[in-house]
Amino acid sequence: MLDFLQMLINGIAAGSTYALFGMAMVIIYKTSEVPNFAQGEMALIATYVAYLMLEQYGLPAWIAYPLALVFAALLGAVLEFAVLRRAKAPSVLGMIIVTIGMEMILMGLVSWKFGAEQKAMPFPISPYDSLVIGDFFISTLEVITLAVALTVMGVLFAFFRFTRLGLAMKATQQNPIAARIMGIRTRRVHMATWGLSALVGASAGLLMAPVLMQPYMMWDPMLKGFAAAVLGGMTSLPGAVFGAYLLGIIENLFGGYVSIEFKSVVAFAVIVLMLCFKPSGLFARHYVRKV
Amino acid sequence: MDMKRDYFEDVQLCTSGTVVFWLAVLLAGLAVFPFLARNYYVYMANYLAINVIVVIGLNILVGYTGQVSLGHAGFFAIGAYGTVVLMTRAHLPFPAALLLAALIAAAFGFLLGLPSLRLEGPYLAIATLGFGITITQVIGRLEFFGGRQGLHTPPLTIGPWRLESDRDFYCLLAPLTVFLCLAARNLIKTRVGRAFIAIRDAEIAAKTIGVNLLVYKTLAFAVSAFYAGIGGGLYAFVLRFIEPEIFTLLMSIMFLAMVVVGGLGSILGSIAGACLLAWMDLQLRNILSIPLLGPWLEQLSRNWFSITGVSNIQFIVFGLIMILIMLFEPLGIFGVWLRAKKYWKTWPF
Repeated sequence: MLDFLQMLINGIAAGSTYALFGMAMVIIYKTSEVPNFAQGEMALIATYVAYLMLEQYGLPAWIAYPLALVFAALLGAVLEFAVLRRAKAPSVLGMIIVTIGMEMILMGLVSWKFGAEQKAMPFPISPYDSLVIGDFFISTLEVITLAVALTVMGVLFAFFRFTRLGLAMKATQQNPIAARIMGIRTRRVHMATWGLSALVGASAGLLMAPVLMQPYMMWDPMLKGFAAAVLGGMTSLPGAVFGAYLLGIIENLFGGYVSIEFKSVVAFAVIVLMLCFKPSGLFARHYVRKV
Repeated sequence: MDMKRDYFEDVQLCTSGTVVFWLAVLLAGLAVFPFLARNYYVYMANYLAINVIVVIGLNILVGYTGQVSLGHAGFFAIGAYGTVVLMTRAHLPFPAALLLAALIAAAFGFLLGLPSLRLEGPYLAIATLGFGITITQVIGRLEFFGGRQGLHTPPLTIGPWRLESDRDFYCLLAPLTVFLCLAARNLIKTRVGRAFIAIRDAEIAAKTIGVNLLVYKTLAFAVSAFYAGIGGGLYAFVLRFIEPEIFTLLMSIMFLAMVVVGGLGSILGSIAGACLLAWMDLQLRNILSIPLLGPWLEQLSRNWFSITGVSNIQFIVFGLIMILIMLFEPLGIFGVWLRAKKYWKTWPF
């Protein structure tokens, strides 16, 4: 029983990172129907920018981290402006190819600049500190990640419900033409969406970096985040968060009870099986596009 | 393009004397190639041929039937491991093992095709991606398939004929590739191919006029997986050694990139795209030895980037190609070819 609860805690800790990536993907998919495979690499670049500022230029952490987040938001907006907006006839396949292309460019740039070896990210809190609650262990960093994930979820919920920009994003998603007629500059809204999404993704990247930092680190959590978003229906923020924690918990329970070897695979197997039964995810209504 | 006046004009392979002539030149060139070229170039030709086979198969699925697949490295791995294991453990002869492995891949393709009946867009992308990753990881961790150490391929014999060098293997691979290209081209011109295209263009409309989605979607996945399986089985013998690290997600992405760069829904485009990107892949692996560009890049890396990561330039190049093709020429190389042809046909005007 103790083991079980500890695994549950580990699962929730792992799920927080997935949740951040999942939410980042949902934000973009919600407004522009683009599955953004470059999400992880946008976070990767922001992380390495933070690393550069801390190590090379010796900036203090409280300046470097916010600056990295601002950089991520700008990067997202610039990518949307420079690449996505230029697509002539956007189809899902075309957008997948374009975002994968961006992913490869960003990843290539980072690993060209920094090489493939592991870097040590200076972080105010050591990843090996841990809190002991009763009989359970959880590292401080994981607690922070959990708190950040939940805060981001709350802030995004409020953002989409109560701010003008958030409402404009929702309107753009529901009916772009009507939104334009009502005076919403949909292209700017798309740009803002990418900036916001890159910001959320980058916060996940920065929180991962103290544990593992090398150019390939983003693939796995990004794909799991994507899987979580799909599990939650791809358009629902709470769905993505729920899917992320579900995946994290399933993964850790599977790793503990069945086989540690196949732990990282089980998330994808779950996704494939689940999609057979609920083809639009758990939280979205299934709708079929008409001819 | 050209107007088709009856059915036979649509299905015939060679539309004019010029096409017959160039086809004959191409086949003759392929036939004498291994006797003229150096060994490395024969190896390169084998590598390209395998990419052509897989990409044509993938194009049947992505370009003609309109289903996204990010999991073709999985089918490729099934073909490679299946062939080698059937030969070493079950002692089947090579042709039987290759065919059987490809059929196993096709069966997996059929299984993956079942959920595709209800999935579209990003849902299908993540499902196929998950399938590809799962297959590779499962194969890579089972001792039966050699685990992380990988497997060496057994010596290759077909009846009394021993294939030892790359040149011998080319003699097997080249006719097979030509045959598979023709088969795919003919498949597209049949009732089945027209059903695929109908599904791509409008799924509900296709259903309404009596195309059985269950049959044709799963068939598209199965045929595509069969091609990938054949490609994988042959690839094992080009490398002579297989390990799970080869069959990554990046490989699936590269196959998809080849399809898109070559041109969606075009067999000729697939051949061009596969040859171009696979050739660039081989060339860019030692990018610093390219004349003129190499020294400049080395200087650039020393001053601004790092010299250890210089091989990653190939990702930047591939990413740029993918984005530029998608933004400016969605039909890929085939689209460029079509436009050039149209331009010269009516030239002074």
